[in-house]
Amino acid sequence: MAELATKATDAEIGVLRFSTAGSVDDGKSSLIGRMLYDSNSVTSDRIEALERAARRKGETDLDLSLLMDGLTIEREQGITIDVAYSYFATPQRKFIIADTPGHEQYTRNMVTGASTADAAVILIDARRGMTTQTRRHLYLSHLLGVAHLVIAVNKMDLVAFGQKAYAAIARSVEEFARAIGAERIYLVPISAKFGDNVVHGSARMPWYEGKPLLALLETLPPAILTHYTPFRFPVQLVRRVPAPNGEQFRQYLGRIESGRVRPGDEIAILPSARVTRVRAISHFDGPLEHAEAGKSIAIEVEGDIDIGRGELLSAPLQPPRVDKKLTATICWFADETFTPAARYLVKCGTRTVAARIAEIVNRLDIATLASEPAPETLKSNDIAQVRIALAQPLAFDAYKDNRATGAFILIDADTNATVAAGMIARPDDEPAAPDAAGFDPGL
Amino acid sequence: MDSSPVPPFAPVPASGAPGPSTAGQLDHLESEAIYILREAAAEFSNPVLLFSGGKDSTVLLRLAEKAFRPGKFPFPLMHVDTGQNFPEVIEFRDRIAQLLGERLIVRTVQDSIDRGRVRVRHAHQSRNAMQTVTLLDAIKEFGFDACIGGARRDEEKARAKERIFSFRNSFGEWDPRHQRPELWSLYNGRLDKGEHMRVFPLSNWTEIDIWRYIERERLALPSLYYAHERPVAVRGNILLPVSEFVPLNDDDAVETRVVRFRTVGDISCTLPVESSAATVEAIVAETLNAALSERGATRLDDQTSDASMEERKRVGYF
Repeated sequence: MAELATKATDAEIGVLRFSTAGSVDDGKSSLIGRMLYDSNSVTSDRIEALERAARRKGETDLDLSLLMDGLTIEREQGITIDVAYSYFATPQRKFIIADTPGHEQYTRNMVTGASTADAAVILIDARRGMTTQTRRHLYLSHLLGVAHLVIAVNKMDLVAFGQKAYAAIARSVEEFARAIGAERIYLVPISAKFGDNVVHGSARMPWYEGKPLLALLETLPPAILTHYTPFRFPVQLVRRVPAPNGEQFRQYLGRIESGRVRPGDEIAILPSARVTRVRAISHFDGPLEHAEAGKSIAIEVEGDIDIGRGELLSAPLQPPRVDKKLTATICWFADETFTPAARYLVKCGTRTVAARIAEIVNRLDIATLASEPAPETLKSNDIAQVRIALAQPLAFDAYKDNRATGAFILIDADTNATVAAGMIARPDDEPAAPDAAGFDPGL
Repeated sequence: MDSSPVPPFAPVPASGAPGPSTAGQLDHLESEAIYILREAAAEFSNPVLLFSGGKDSTVLLRLAEKAFRPGKFPFPLMHVDTGQNFPEVIEFRDRIAQLLGERLIVRTVQDSIDRGRVRVRHAHQSRNAMQTVTLLDAIKEFGFDACIGGARRDEEKARAKERIFSFRNSFGEWDPRHQRPELWSLYNGRLDKGEHMRVFPLSNWTEIDIWRYIERERLALPSLYYAHERPVAVRGNILLPVSEFVPLNDDDAVETRVVRFRTVGDISCTLPVESSAATVEAIVAETLNAALSERGATRLDDQTSDASMEERKRVGYF
C-alpha cells in the first residue's frame, strides 16, 4: 500500500471545523466575536449595529459577543441555547465554528457540535480555574473523538496577566487530561475582551512563548488521515443507467468515508457477505482512476450482484465487524427518560435497523468520572454504556477506529425524535460480563 | 431511480482557475452537499427542490447534476413566484429548467391572493412574507415531504441555527428551541403524515464559496448579478431599483448608476449595490473585500428588526 500513501488532501487542510465550549460566563461568544473582529471578518454594517447597541447602553467598548448570540430567546436571557454555526476564513484556512451552549441542560448540543469537530476550544475563566463544566467539556470532546483539545484560559486581564494563575490551571488541566487519556492538549492564556493572544500576540504576557489562538488553529494538522484507514463506502443510492446494448447497469452512489479505491480492487459487501471487484468509479466530470476519503462518487462492480442502500462496501482484508448486537457509549438527549418498552431505530452510516437497548451496563457521573452500575433508566444528558440488540445484522467499526462507521443515532420509532447518540466500543473495551467492571474513562 | 442520460446545461466561458487551497475547500463543500442531496433522495418519498433563478439555487442545481446525472433528478423543481420578480430572472429560471430537462412547478402569490388565502392590506405591501402561505399550500397540494433549498447559515443569525435536515410540523412551523440533535453526517429524516423537512445542502457555504464555485463551474447566472447601468432611487445610503413595485418618496433622487445585485428576490425588497464588477472574477475579488454583509446591504425585509428573519422562519418562511 506504500504507493497509496500521499499527503493529506487540500480539502483536509483547507477546512478546519472546531467547536467552542465553556461555562455561561466564560466569555465564549466574546472570544468568537473577537476572532471574527480582529481577523477583519466582520462587515461594516454589523460593526455599526454593535456601535448602535453600545450607544444605547451608554458604553464605549463594543460588545463583540452580540455577533454570536442569534436567537431572540438568547438575547433575552443573555445565554447561548443552541448550536450556532459561523464561518470565517484566513489566507491559511476556512473555519467552520460550532458555538455550543455552556449550560448543563444543553450538554446534548455540546455533543452535537463536537461530533463533527477536528478541534475543540474550551474556555476557562482564569479567576475560577477548572470547574465541573470544564471537566465535562474536556471529557465529552475527548469521548467524541475530537483530535485537538485547545484550552483558552480567558480573562487573564482580571488576574493581572499573571503567569502563576495560568500555570496552576495548566497543571490541573494536564492532570485531568492524563486521567481521561487525552493526548493532544494545547493551552493559550488570552483576554477575549482586550484581544490578547486571540489573533494578535500579547505584550502583557511576555512569559507565554506559544502561538496566539488563531495562529494555533491555522496550523493544527488535520485530525485523522482517513486515507490510511481501511476502505469504507456506505451505499446511499442505487442508480440504474442504460447501457449502449439496451440493457441496464447499476451504479452505487455514496461517499468514501475512509481509505481509497480504484478499479480492479476487491471489495466485500457487508452485511450480506459477498465479495466482488470494482469495475469502474466515476463522478459527474467523468471516470476516475482512483478516489479517496471524502469524495462523493459512483461505483460499478463486476458481476450481477444486487446491492441496496445500507450495504457497506469495504476492504476485504480489513473488514468491519458484522453483528446483531453491539456495545456502545451513548449520550441520552431526549427529555423523556429511557423506557425498555419503547421501540428504537439505529441509524449507522446509511443503514437504519430496528433496535432495543438490552442492558444499561453503567452510567457515568461526568463530574467525578465514577460509574454507577446498572441504573434503572437514563435521563436527558446522561452518558452510559449500553448493550444494544439489533433486528438485522449491521456492519460497523469501533468509533475509536472509524468515526463514520462507528457512530450511530438512536431514533424513537414512535415519536421520530433523535433520542441518543452512540459510539461503538472496541471488542476489548467491552465490559466482560453484565454488571461487571467499572466505566472506562479512557473510552 | 431509472434514468436516461441528460446533458449538463451549457457553461458560460470563464477564465482563470482558483488556487489550490480554495479548490480543496470547494471540493470539501461540494462532496458534503452531494452527500446531503443523495440522503434527501433516499430518505424522502416526495422531495422538491426550490429553484428561484438566484445564484444559490443555481449552484444547487449544479450539485444536483453532480449527485444524480446521468440520471434524472429524483425530484421536480419548484418556484414560488411573488409576481414581482425581475423578468430576466423568470426567463432564466424557465430556460435553465428546460436545458436541464427537469420539471418546473410554479405557484404564484397572486393565485393565493385571488383565492383569498392571502389578504392584501395596501397596494405596496411587500409580497415577500406572503410567499409563506403559497409555499405551504403548494407543499400540501403536491404532498411534498421535503423541500431542498439553497439557504446558507452565514446569511443571517437565525439561519445559523438551522439543522441540515430541519423539521417542520404539520403547520409548517420551525421550533428553534426543540430541534432534533444532528450529529456526524447522520440525518434523521423520519416524519409523520403532514409534516415535512427543509433540507439545506449549502448550509456550510459562504457567499465567497458560492462565487468561487460559480467561477470554477462556469455557471450561467441572470445578468443582473453583474455590473450594469440601472436607474435607481437614492435614499440615504441605499439604492432602490426603479420599478412599478417600489413606491418612491417625493425626495428620492432618481439617477442612473452602475450597480449589481448580490441577492435576487422580490423586486420590492431587493436592493442593488454600486459596483463595477462585470465578471465573475471581479465579483470574487470584490466579495473578498466586501465591507457590507450580503443581506445587510441588500434586503429591506431583514432590516425591520434584529429578529425579523427568525420571526418569519418560525411560521414557515424559507
